[in-house]
Amino acid sequence: MSVGAHPSQPAGTEEYQPVFTEQMLEQLNEILARYPTRQAALLPALWLVQRARGWISDRNMAEVAEVLGLTPAYVKGVVTFYTMYHQHPVGRHFVQVCTTSPCNICGAEAVVQALLEATGAKELGATSPDGKWTVIEVECLGACGFATPVLVDDDFIESVTPDRVPELVRKYK
Amino acid sequence: MGFPHKPHPKETVLLSRYFGEADARNYKGWVKRGGYAALEQARAMEPARVVDIVKDSGLRGRGGAGFPTGLKWSFMPKEKKKPHYLCVNADESEPGTFKDREIMRWTPHALLEGTAIAAHAIQAEVAYIYIRGEFTEPLAIMDKALTDARSAGVFGKLKIHLHRGAGAYICGEETALMSSIEGKRGNPRIKPPFPAAAGVFGMPTTINNVETLAAVPHILTKGAVWYKGLSLSSPKSTGTKLFSVCGHVQQPGNYEVTLGFPLKDLVYELCGGMRPGRTLKACIPGGSSVPILDRAETESCLLDYEGVVERGSMLGSGGVIVFDDSTDMVYQIMRLARFYAHESCAQCTQCREGTAWTTKILERILAGQGKTADLDLLLDLSENMTGKTICVLSDSCAAPVVSGIKKFRSEFEDYIAGRRKPVMVA
Repeated sequence: MSVGAHPSQPAGTEEYQPVFTEQMLEQLNEILARYPTRQAALLPALWLVQRARGWISDRNMAEVAEVLGLTPAYVKGVVTFYTMYHQHPVGRHFVQVCTTSPCNICGAEAVVQALLEATGAKELGATSPDGKWTVIEVECLGACGFATPVLVDDDFIESVTPDRVPELVRKYK
Repeated sequence: MGFPHKPHPKETVLLSRYFGEADARNYKGWVKRGGYAALEQARAMEPARVVDIVKDSGLRGRGGAGFPTGLKWSFMPKEKKKPHYLCVNADESEPGTFKDREIMRWTPHALLEGTAIAAHAIQAEVAYIYIRGEFTEPLAIMDKALTDARSAGVFGKLKIHLHRGAGAYICGEETALMSSIEGKRGNPRIKPPFPAAAGVFGMPTTINNVETLAAVPHILTKGAVWYKGLSLSSPKSTGTKLFSVCGHVQQPGNYEVTLGFPLKDLVYELCGGMRPGRTLKACIPGGSSVPILDRAETESCLLDYEGVVERGSMLGSGGVIVFDDSTDMVYQIMRLARFYAHESCAQCTQCREGTAWTTKILERILAGQGKTADLDLLLDLSENMTGKTICVLSDSCAAPVVSGIKKFRSEFEDYIAGRRKPVMVA
């Protein structure tokens, strides 16, 4: 492999702001006490990072690796396995719509269209121009009897229909 | 009750009795309803005695496999040489299934009590409740319930922790769940060793589903004989079961019935039947991983572990997906295959390639580009995806495909022959 094939990113002008400062380390220590290994705190630690800054960058992964005594590559391997960790910045509000079979037969596709329109995100996975919304389709949210379930950030909303979408979207600032 | 609908007289409410009652979520409200009495009772017994009672009750795992719960507990080492762990599987992600979610939302203490009893029975000092990442509300409710019960001192030396998943269907597979708790990618592991010998952190471990554990306190207080008496057909299927019904029925929701209950009555009476002017076309009785039943099979099926097998499917998790005559079965089977392709952990070739190719072939059939040989190709692929991998995700993808082609072949052939308008697949 050529050394020049993957030039490293130019160093940023701003210094990296560590996520695990005093208060966060305290939270992490509480988590560590639940498990017999440091590695087991990885998923909770990644949740802490995502909560703090909205997504998980490569540099964040390296920091988590250092804190837990793992390698950055290992941490990246775990991050990329799970769909809920964002590896790129997303809109201020992140919308997940279930479109698996039971919801599909109850009209989930129309809900997706309504959400793309009302939020201005237009395209699945894209962020609206005002930086407010990102909408994605997900596989089974585990609320099939309440089709179509939509997860806006941490708010789990049941039985969403296209006509309920504009009002739902208006609730978020 | 048929939450969120009014209870139906044909239901036997045990686990769902307090669904919808906010007060039952609180520690005090739960104790007022007789909560934690079973735990006290269990604690006064030798662990082996608790295992025997659950064995005698005939309780079988409600997560999908239907393995006898007491027997599973009895596999744990009798003489304790290492730490023992209990893992609670609250990763409910099987399309069609949404019962554990309701148990955690409405009766979090029922799960905590069952967890504490199971931990006593298998002599575990730590229990992890693995809740899927998307279940934000159940997670918050469980967290509060755990904090309250813990401060009331009900768990003694037992430590119970919640562990949040992060989006991966496969983590509901027991060995993948353990990998995930350990901070790894959620890859299933080859068995043996079985969890009772080397489970989470390499220690003896038992994994139980939420609904299974929620049933345990009832067995302790009312007795194994009483629980065993809850059976309408096969003596091998005892107790009540929550059935999550979704799809084309008038009243989707969770319904609790005694095992052996007719599927026909569940769909047509409890759920209010089909939408006006529609008829039932197909039904998946146990979550998306089990073979599809046609109308005649659905209408003659008894809901217990043996009854559903007799009709060529499985009871699984009790997630009932109902399709009416407006359904494009080819499209829905493609959606299910796509689900498995998305969720494959990609360790095993048969699954990684098989789920992806199954989806691609179904998509091309829908797009009007299918070939006559494609159906045989799908069946051949499915054959190679069944019983050949570390876990059963691959088999689960094959189940709806094989049963779908068998029972709804003409719909596939219509697309291939150009008799049906092609569907653009997004």
